[in-house]
Amino acid sequence: MSEPAGEDPASAATPTPDYTSSYNPNDPYASVRETTEGPIYTVTGQDWGDVLGGEGVNTERIVVNMGPQHPSTHGVLRLVLEIDGETVSQARTVIGYLHTGIEKNLEYRNWVQGTTFVTRMDYLSPMFNETAYCLGVEKLLGITEDVPVRASVIRVLMMELQRIGSHLVTLATTGLELGALSMMLYGMRERELILDILEMVTGLRMNHAYIRPGGLAQDLAPGTEEKVREFCEIMPKRIQEYDDLLSANPIWEARTRDVAYLDLTGCMAYGVTGPVLRATGYPWDLRKTMPYCGYESYEFEVPTQHSADAYGRYLVRLDEMRESVKIIEQTLEKLRPGPIMVADKKIAWPAQLALGADGLGNSLGHIREIMGSSMEALIHHFKLVTEGIRVPAGQVYVAVESPRGELGYHVVSDGGTRPYRVHVRDPSFVNLQSVPAMCEGGLIADVIAAVSSIDPVMGGVDR
Amino acid sequence: MGHVYMPILVLFVLAAAFAVGSVTAAGFTGPKRYNRAKVDAYECGIEATPQPVGTAHFPVKYYLTAMLFIVFDIEIIFLYPWAVTFSKLGFFGLVEMVLFIGTVFVAYAYVWRRGGLQWD
Amino acid sequence: MNQLISTSPLSLPSRAPVAATEATVSTFGHDPWWLILGKVVAVFVFLVLITLFLIWAERRIVARMQQRLGPNRTGPFGLGQGLADGIKLALKEEIIPAMADKPVYFIAPIVATIPAFLAFAVIPVGGVVSIFGHVTALQVTDLPVAVLFILACSSFGVYGIVLGGWASGSTYPLLGALRSAAQVISYEVSLALALVPIFLYAGSLSTSEIVAAQNRFWFVFLVPSFVIYMVSAVGETNRAPFDLPEAEGELVGGFHTEYSSLKFALFFLAEYINMTTVSAVATTLFLGGWHAPFLLSRVPVLNSGWFGLVWFTLKLLTVLFGFIWLRGTLPRLRYDQFMRLGWKLLIPASLVWLLLVAAMRTLVVEDVNLRRNLVPVGIVFVVLLLLVSFWPSSKKPDRDGEGEDGHPEIAVGNRAFPVPVLPGEQTDPTLAPREVTRA
Repeated sequence: MSEPAGEDPASAATPTPDYTSSYNPNDPYASVRETTEGPIYTVTGQDWGDVLGGEGVNTERIVVNMGPQHPSTHGVLRLVLEIDGETVSQARTVIGYLHTGIEKNLEYRNWVQGTTFVTRMDYLSPMFNETAYCLGVEKLLGITEDVPVRASVIRVLMMELQRIGSHLVTLATTGLELGALSMMLYGMRERELILDILEMVTGLRMNHAYIRPGGLAQDLAPGTEEKVREFCEIMPKRIQEYDDLLSANPIWEARTRDVAYLDLTGCMAYGVTGPVLRATGYPWDLRKTMPYCGYESYEFEVPTQHSADAYGRYLVRLDEMRESVKIIEQTLEKLRPGPIMVADKKIAWPAQLALGADGLGNSLGHIREIMGSSMEALIHHFKLVTEGIRVPAGQVYVAVESPRGELGYHVVSDGGTRPYRVHVRDPSFVNLQSVPAMCEGGLIADVIAAVSSIDPVMGGVDR
Repeated sequence: MGHVYMPILVLFVLAAAFAVGSVTAAGFTGPKRYNRAKVDAYECGIEATPQPVGTAHFPVKYYLTAMLFIVFDIEIIFLYPWAVTFSKLGFFGLVEMVLFIGTVFVAYAYVWRRGGLQWD
Repeated sequence: MNQLISTSPLSLPSRAPVAATEATVSTFGHDPWWLILGKVVAVFVFLVLITLFLIWAERRIVARMQQRLGPNRTGPFGLGQGLADGIKLALKEEIIPAMADKPVYFIAPIVATIPAFLAFAVIPVGGVVSIFGHVTALQVTDLPVAVLFILACSSFGVYGIVLGGWASGSTYPLLGALRSAAQVISYEVSLALALVPIFLYAGSLSTSEIVAAQNRFWFVFLVPSFVIYMVSAVGETNRAPFDLPEAEGELVGGFHTEYSSLKFALFFLAEYINMTTVSAVATTLFLGGWHAPFLLSRVPVLNSGWFGLVWFTLKLLTVLFGFIWLRGTLPRLRYDQFMRLGWKLLIPASLVWLLLVAAMRTLVVEDVNLRRNLVPVGIVFVVLLLLVSFWPSSKKPDRDGEGEDGHPEIAVGNRAFPVPVLPGEQTDPTLAPREVTRA
């Protein structure tokens, strides 16, 4: 990391390091000005020189910035398009406008607190982030097999609900961006049902921090199963509605068929996964190929298409929602009463959480016990909560199939109570590379279709 | 017959007064809080490439379309009076027009085949 | 009216017998000044009011289609929404971009607005009535070339859009303006061609006489013309699914991205008035104008004078509802697809249809014998043959090397990069995906 460190009292005596020695004062993207508090750098992304080159001024090309403040770039993605009339001759993606420093922050919090961070990355599929992270931590702890069945089943339930929710947002935003305004509202309408269930279970509509290393934060709320069953009744009909509304619509087909073509070779070269890959006909789905959370015991298909275009991706997502409903129904069959956290008290949160008048917190029974009767329990609780669990040194890579593709967590521990490093292979980030391959040579309108068919979530791209 | 156009002139004056009034009023009805960023060209939150008005080049790919449009517009100019007097011209008018449209159509088909109607 | 008319639409005389309440061009040009002023103000107010109503109606109807409520806070049923929007826009800061070409930037919304109002002057909204003892038609004025006047106004309005987009000194408006220019010139051809069969039957370009010619049969029976006209009209007015010049998904706001405050409101107003005008033209030329609908037209009271205003408004709102319905249903076309639709489908279709109608009309008007009947049909046939021989193959360009059948292996592309074997492909054991187990 070459970033200038903060003023450290211990090094006050040593002369201030000369940051400008390796710094090019003529750098057009990082101007520097001296202040009483030291040099202030203004780093910008005004890379017009690169784009235009020497010849740009007199050619008939125009450089258009699509994003970061654009209605169709899924948040703050910036596309620098060089256009020739309406044809895109060069497309470049610029990211970083939603950088949150989550990966770095993870290193300063203990292992359990990590879930509250990772859930904020890909904000359309927080459950997948939590699950992948927790699977990684569990693997480091060597307790993968000890996670209770009920916890795994609920994880699958939550993830599949989330998958439908995420695909609904994709459908909705794609509809909005291609001008099918009604699809937008329909997608959001059904997503609301899912968010209601998630809120009922976790207390939050997004950023749940529900899945924890070793299990879950709490059990399903009473009445959840009925609500999920209700949802499973409604959803297939609604998916059929989208199918009826869009699949045979000639304008929809014209806008998506043969648009944003990326064949298997392209996907392999860029490392593209998820619906984009499955739309080339390759049935790569980690739930089947490298099962986790007991996915091998569920019956479902991996939908594929052979068109390798935006239309194929749309169909794959529709079918995946149907399959997810099937999986959800199976999880309901598999739900048996039981623990939702590993039995090891050195790992599990010391108290079962309970909903009090002031929200979710440690159960009062547990507080009474540690405060009144058991000094050892109090010390144990204190150590676990303030310091956190210790995870054996090592590194693991765990991947789950998120709605956007392979979501991988490379978790490194140095044996302490905090991660040494957590690196995320976010599918949005990897898939976004393929934008130029999909867009160049197409029209401006195709860029919109291409980006929305990749379905990047900038929160996941700019961790 | 000049009188027939009179109401149009009156409507023109009324609409013009309304439009000019609105455009002028816009400067007075709203607040004025200067900010340099506001008057920048919209480029999705990024500083725009300098493209001074009038000197920027932009390829108008469909000038062929514009020329075709003129051809068809002239065809329409002929078609309208022909259609109005159709019953008087009778069979002769039909033959004339078929020949005329046929001629234009051949040119149109030629342009089509040569790719003049491609936009990508 | 009581003259016997043949029941076949195709045998309709070129000029239907004119009833007492029907106007002709000669009815106009005799109004006193106060009546002219009154009519002009009435049309102006009507257009502004219908715009305010449309803003509300569009949002409410689309909201219903999307299972929402829509605006319902300002006034009863939220009817004040349009007015509230207008006032809000007036109280917004006027921002003039530094790069703008100021004079043109100012003139553009004016240029867009004025023709929008003007076109409505020649729309007949009712029959001949008596106002304060003065017999006059419910129409501001009529011209022998009224339809041409409407077309001229609608194409003049695009100058506002093109100039506004160009003068903003910004990329997105420029793109929107260029799209708009191409769009309007392309769709004006098919729009104008679609109207010719009407003139064949009406024998006039005057709107009041065209309405009079429809006192028994609405020209909507010229179905292809009506369809082509409506499609072109949607294109001409930049409405969904042809709203490419302002496609917010691509061009943010299109030509009006840099416009704010009342200038933006004027563009908005012009768009809605244009929508009203093309709907009014559709009503006038195809849907019998102010004539009462089927069966009710047999009642003389319902088919004349002030009642015409009611029928006209009802028909107008029905057509406008169609516009809103489209917006709630269809995605947006891509630019090249949109141009293709105009040039390769609508224009040839309208020309062929025109020739067919003309041929049929000749048969009726000339009352020719069968042997001569065959000649025009033959000519049409020859033209069609000529057309077919010149027709380019409809095969799509091979963009990705994909075969006809879309076989899976096609998606693999070339093997320049190692790819796994797809299911169903011939399996090469060295390439097959291995069973991967998690460590």
